[in-house]
Parts: sequence; structure tokens; C-alpha cells
Amino acid sequence: MNDTVKRLPFDLTVWTVSIVAGLALLAHEAMAGHDFSSARNARWQAECGACHVAYPPQLLPAPAWHRVMARLDRHFGTDASLDPGAAAEIGAFLERHAARTSRDTASGRITDTGWFVREHDEVPAATWRSAAVKSPANCAACHRRAEQGDFGERSLRLPR
Amino acid sequence: MGTIDSRFRILAAAMLGAAPILASAASPAELRAQFEAAAREAEPAYAGLSASRGEQFFRSRHGSEWSCASCHTDNPLSAGRHAKTAKDIAPLAPAANPKRFTDAARVEKWLRRNCNDVLGRACTPREKGDVLAYLMSLK
Repeated sequence: MNDTVKRLPFDLTVWTVSIVAGLALLAHEAMAGHDFSSARNARWQAECGACHVAYPPQLLPAPAWHRVMARLDRHFGTDASLDPGAAAEIGAFLERHAARTSRDTASGRITDTGWFVREHDEVPAATWRSAAVKSPANCAACHRRAEQGDFGERSLRLPR
Repeated sequence: MGTIDSRFRILAAAMLGAAPILASAASPAELRAQFEAAAREAEPAYAGLSASRGEQFFRSRHGSEWSCASCHTDNPLSAGRHAKTAKDIAPLAPAANPKRFTDAARVEKWLRRNCNDVLGRACTPREKGDVLAYLMSLK
């Protein structure tokens, strides 16, 4: 009897600590899933980032990046051709840090992957159409730290 | 969070980026003179660059979807916006953006791409020179 009374606060502490730790771990996992800042390359940032957010290599598997780099002169409706040295360096960087899971698309667009569609299924249609967003390629319209590879919810703000 | 790391990255990027910039350093006036000389060579009857012809060229869609102004706007002294991705584009006129036309390799890269996008072909030296003369005339 005495034993149970004594153990109760201890049990509570253990439970509280476990639950808090568990939640913290879950939050960390959720954030880690949106933090692509570990893979950086100056040429990738400069060249890809000249026309759009330099999309993190983790967003497409290696074969998809390979196809992108092989057709830069016809890059989704524009000529994005690079000199061979820059193309080789950026291609190697993209493939080295590419997605390990299947995030492939027939179109080659990141925005057509099942992953992208699922992640954005709560975004209202009006937001996609707004002048501030204009295109789903415009990550930085909502992901304010997209340029730094941070797509976490803390820096997320939908424009009006 | 990560300020030291990002400062290091910026420094590293600046150091890496400095090499090609130094290799092809130029000024708008030098590039304009180069285009003019190449145009004279290509067209013996050539009468010199024209800023007004450059402006017309800059704003024309050339029978297709885009003009230069589609992204760089009708006022190249102001910032533009990429017609597809909506990314901000720094002003193109040297008076508004002193970094413009100071790196020959960079200028050639963008003219190759953008002339292909707007005209479906490379621009001639006269077209390049006229547009640069127009951009340099803006104050």
C-alpha cells in the first residue's frame, strides 16, 4: 500500500517525460522532413536559383535529375542551357543527394509527384491562382525560407 | 540557427564565384563596342547602333509568345519577374543595377538562352548592340 503511494508520482514523472520526449521527437521528425538545407552547392544555387528557387536535390530521384540535366536547352518551355563544366558539377551534386524513395514523375515536374500533391492538399485553389503565387514553381511565395532549403511550417505563410 | 554556417557558405560561394567573374570581367561600354565591331564586320553597310531600334526590338514579341519585356518589363530600370516561375529579376539597365553587363561570359550565356526563348534563334551582333545601347541610354 505504502509502496503504491510512493511509486505513483514516480510513474507520473516517467510518463510525462516519455510523452514530452515522444512529442519532441515527432516534431523533430516532422521538421526534418521539410529541411533540405544540408545539401548545398554554390553553382547549383547560382545557376538553378537564377530563374526559380534552387530546388533541393532530395525532391527527385537520381534518374529524374539525370533527365532534367540532359535536356536543359528545352527546360519546361525555356532554354536553360549551361556550359558543360557547370552542367557536370550540378548534375553530380543533384544525383549525389537525390531522393532515395520513389518521388518520380512522368512529366519530370516536382509539382506532379504524389509527394508534392499530398503535402499541398490543404492549399486552397484561390491561393494557387493569386498574383503573389502565380505558379506552383514559386515555392518562396509561401515558404519564406525556401532559398535556404527550409520548407518547415514555422516559416510558412500563405499570401493573401 | 546556422548563422555561422550560412556566413561560411556565403563566403565560400563568393570565393568560388569570383574566379569566373574575374576571368570575363568587362564593362557595358566595352561590350557595346564589341557588339558594334562584330556588327560592322557582318554588315558592310552598317550605320551604327541605335538605342531606339533596340527599344523596339526589346518590346517586340517577334511573332511569338514572349518579348524581352515579358520578364524584364517595359521599364528595364525597374525589377522584373520571370514570366513562368514568378521569380524576381533584378533591373537590367546598368544605371539601375551596376552589376549588369560586367561579365562577358554571363552576358553571352543569357543572350544565348533568352534570344532562343524569344526569337527561336541566336541574336545577331547588331541586335545585341542595339539592345545594349537602349539599356545604356536609360537613366
